[in-house]
Amino acid sequence: MTPFTTFTAPAVPLDRANVDTDQIVPARFLRRPRSEGYDSFFFTDLKQEQPDLPFNDPVYDTAGIIVADRNFGCGSSREQAVWALTDSGFRCVLAPSFGDIFYNNAAKQGLLLVRVDADTAAGIRDALRAAPGAAMTVDLEAQTFAAPGCPDGRFEIEPAIRRRLLLGLDEIGMTLEHEAEIAAFEQGYRDRFDWLFRATGA
Amino acid sequence: MTSPRTMLDKIWDAHEITRDDEGSSLLFVGRHLAHDGSVHAFDFLQQRGLSPRCPDQIFATPDHGVPTFSHKRADITDPQQARVVDALKANASRYGFREFGLGDPRQGIVHVIGPELGLTQPGLLMVCGDSHTSTHGALGALAFGIGASDVCHVLATQTIWQRRPRTMRITVDGQPGPGVTSKDVILAIIAQIGANGGQGHVIEYGGSAIRAMSVEARLTVCNMSIEAGARAGMVAPDDTTFAYLKGRAFAPQGADWDRAVAYWKTLPSDPGATHDREVRLDAAALEPMVTWGNSPEEALPISGRVPPRDSATAGTLDYMGLAPGTRLTDVPVDQVFIGSCTNSRIEDLRAAAAVARRGRAVVPTLVSPGSTAVKLMAEAEGLDQVFRAAGFDWRESGCSMCVGMNGDLVAEGKRCASTSNRNFRGRQGKGSRTHLMSPAMAAAAALTGRITDVRELLAHEVTA
Repeated sequence: MTPFTTFTAPAVPLDRANVDTDQIVPARFLRRPRSEGYDSFFFTDLKQEQPDLPFNDPVYDTAGIIVADRNFGCGSSREQAVWALTDSGFRCVLAPSFGDIFYNNAAKQGLLLVRVDADTAAGIRDALRAAPGAAMTVDLEAQTFAAPGCPDGRFEIEPAIRRRLLLGLDEIGMTLEHEAEIAAFEQGYRDRFDWLFRATGA
Repeated sequence: MTSPRTMLDKIWDAHEITRDDEGSSLLFVGRHLAHDGSVHAFDFLQQRGLSPRCPDQIFATPDHGVPTFSHKRADITDPQQARVVDALKANASRYGFREFGLGDPRQGIVHVIGPELGLTQPGLLMVCGDSHTSTHGALGALAFGIGASDVCHVLATQTIWQRRPRTMRITVDGQPGPGVTSKDVILAIIAQIGANGGQGHVIEYGGSAIRAMSVEARLTVCNMSIEAGARAGMVAPDDTTFAYLKGRAFAPQGADWDRAVAYWKTLPSDPGATHDREVRLDAAALEPMVTWGNSPEEALPISGRVPPRDSATAGTLDYMGLAPGTRLTDVPVDQVFIGSCTNSRIEDLRAAAAVARRGRAVVPTLVSPGSTAVKLMAEAEGLDQVFRAAGFDWRESGCSMCVGMNGDLVAEGKRCASTSNRNFRGRQGKGSRTHLMSPAMAAAAALTGRITDVRELLAHEVTA
């Protein structure tokens, strides 16, 4: 995973609440092998249905950040939604809230999700609309961002997610370092709940 | 003296291997469910040269993309879908976990067969690469959906890193009136707290209305916890739970049963345990609920009208093709879907059949039972004949038109009365318009060709 330290890129304002992961990648594309890339499915139906969607505007072709509304990434657990974002060059989304599963998935793929209050998000979106293609900077180390309409933003983030993103750590590798603890726990679990392991389905 | 603990605390503590100084817990996964969509995670595992750590606790079945007109492998014509169904079987055989494949009487939607086979049990921590894993909490498990990277992590380590969520207790008291079901209860809850109202929380449902529900009705409630943004939903195990589980294929037997029940009885939240948030709902005040928009929070009582046009609703009203002020009962539908992990169990089919007996479908109506076992049970009861006589299309089990990955689609611009869980734009097919409702309400819409208050339809038919 590519470490995330600071990132500067044009930001897209997305004035829609409850953007679900079905919007980000419709279900009919979910079986495509990961290696083929998911950028071509990014908001593909919504882009067609809504010509004024900012993702259709060439001014945002090099955008790397989305400033969204509440509950971004709700719904289906499909990690493909994160792949579609990262494959399209996005490395950060700011929003008042995110779908829980999407939030966890993003952290595994180097996509930084920043929670900001609803007024701050709306203010940045307004400023971005007034200056299409304007860039913003997010500094994960300092937990700050500088955006049009919000030059001195600060954010909170779970320490574990911050560390993993900063260092680009591989979680499975980290977990396997706990192998002895896991093995001991598993043995105890199998003893305590032995009925789970005797079930044959007969 | 230890302080009172919630059910979440108890299950969490029983699965916590270690906690780091940043507050992340490494949790042992009791059971892991997989399906045809888990293919990416298995690909990642293989690319890393890893194998599942506990294949004896992985249970899999193809559901998302299997055809419902036939369960013959040869009838899967989409090469992408064929690849993932074959991959699930190949991975099961390669790694030695159980797969209930096409043609197996235990096949079905993964969230239907888990409880049905007794794989889902109180006190278990369960995960699956599907957001509706919250369903299993109805039996007192802590169950939540995860993405492909986490599925790969669970396969490789049988563990998952999580921060302990907050808890929300939703107390539903009162006796729901006729025609008001658990689907209406959960739609009303989501309308009240919002599609992100449960974010960061595990919901524990309680109160007299929940206690009076069957396990199947509780499964519907917990299933849609994710639509309220919650990580998981749970109902404390009780005698209803134990009676449901006893004798199921993977339920404990003999002396094991007694030990398991003794443990399960320790799981409900202690008296005095505090929740981070409390929500109350009066079930007696509810009407059948229907969604009008593209988020499950956009739900109204059947007596309601399409809301006014403003900057927040305009896009949705245009997409849904609805005029503000229209009575919901004046909205015509083009087709009906009865199925999905939300509402495809035998009680759902009985409720739909009770309505179907009273007329004939005037729009295409597809019924997909939640599992092959549900299908066989329904056929033994003659429900398939009721549906067929009413002109409903009786199919095989799978996720079907809820997610539209198997070819069961709602065409562009068409409107579907659906017992599924998501009314998102394009969810049932590009340009599809979905109205969520209960099985009885969906069957009523099938008979009239419009969104219908099933209570009026039943009353009318009785006096006619």
